[in-house]
Amino acid sequence: MSEKKHKGLIIIPVYNESASIMRLIYELAEIYPHWDILVVNDASSDGSGELAESTGKAIVIDLPYNLGIGGCVQTGFRYARNHKYDIALQFDGDGQHRVEEIRKLIKPIRDDEADVVIGSRFNVRHNGYKTQTLRRIGIKIFEWLSFVLIRQKITDHTSGFRAYNRKAFTFLADHYPTDFPEPEVVILLGRNGFRMKEVFTQMLRRQGGVSSITLARGPYYMIKVMLSMIMASVRTRIINEELDGYERD
Amino acid sequence: MKEIDTSNVQLIAIATSLFFFLLILYLIKKKRIKEEYSLLWIFFAVVFIIFSFWRRGLDYIAEFIGVAYPPAALFIILLMAVFLILIEFSIIISRLSDKNKVLAQEIALLRLEIKKLRKKKKVKKQEESVAGDQDNKES
Repeated sequence: MSEKKHKGLIIIPVYNESASIMRLIYELAEIYPHWDILVVNDASSDGSGELAESTGKAIVIDLPYNLGIGGCVQTGFRYARNHKYDIALQFDGDGQHRVEEIRKLIKPIRDDEADVVIGSRFNVRHNGYKTQTLRRIGIKIFEWLSFVLIRQKITDHTSGFRAYNRKAFTFLADHYPTDFPEPEVVILLGRNGFRMKEVFTQMLRRQGGVSSITLARGPYYMIKVMLSMIMASVRTRIINEELDGYERD
Repeated sequence: MKEIDTSNVQLIAIATSLFFFLLILYLIKKKRIKEEYSLLWIFFAVVFIIFSFWRRGLDYIAEFIGVAYPPAALFIILLMAVFLILIEFSIIISRLSDKNKVLAQEIALLRLEIKKLRKKKKVKKQEESVAGDQDNKES
């Protein structure tokens, strides 16, 4: 019954993940029966949306054209805001994240220790998750940059495994960035006074789909993201009275 | 000889800048360009008309900037015009893509609500028809 007190939404951004999506939905529905599962289908061409629909256990939003991960996740936040959820959880559809670990992310939000919880691969040393050296260097640069910009140590900026309370996703429903948004969101939230927390999560190799960051797009990615991070940190704070109403009730 | 050459240049300059100015006005009249997006074009068209009539002005500006060759001043003005207008385009494109994104999201959300309503209606209808059948049997 205490589970039901918080109305929770699991947002799964999906782009061509027909290989893993159905199993994921069944698994989530079994372990978290009180949560609503929202699949935001970013104009997949492989029928991922229909497959998700066919499980009968997920709400499926079909975007009219491909918006990219930022616009896709933001649609989920808008849905969560319109339907007055208490917690929104972002969970990737490619099988990288572990369903059992959702609990870890939810706990700090339930206990009101944080507004945003990020599932991090790197919070603990020698966790066995191997990444390519170049990718690792990029992630280190983000860590350093965000520490300089918002004085907060976040180890995994690119993680798409995150939980938000209502105050945070209501804010992001209007202000979520596009085009590789994850690191920028950290700065945006830090800048606007949200409490962030990282918890260690294990991540698996993706089962379907490919990374959006290929070697060729790497330099573009780094420069674009670093520019966005710096810009997000110098913009005036957006948060205002209107949002403070959501703070505690 | 020299006099004729330069005046030819001036005539061509006046003709082209006037043509340019009138072209912009024509496009606005035909609603091919919106007024608010044409202001920079009109501004620079006027600047070019001014300098094609007032040739001394170019010399003054060249001297002020410190270029030895007056036509180079013209290129500087031209470049500035192109840069400013292109930047304006980037701003407009960014704004449009942002609005477009919001529209797409709202459409997707609305489609979902319609789907939900349809489903509810269907279920209701089925319930009614089931109830109706039972009434029939009883009577």
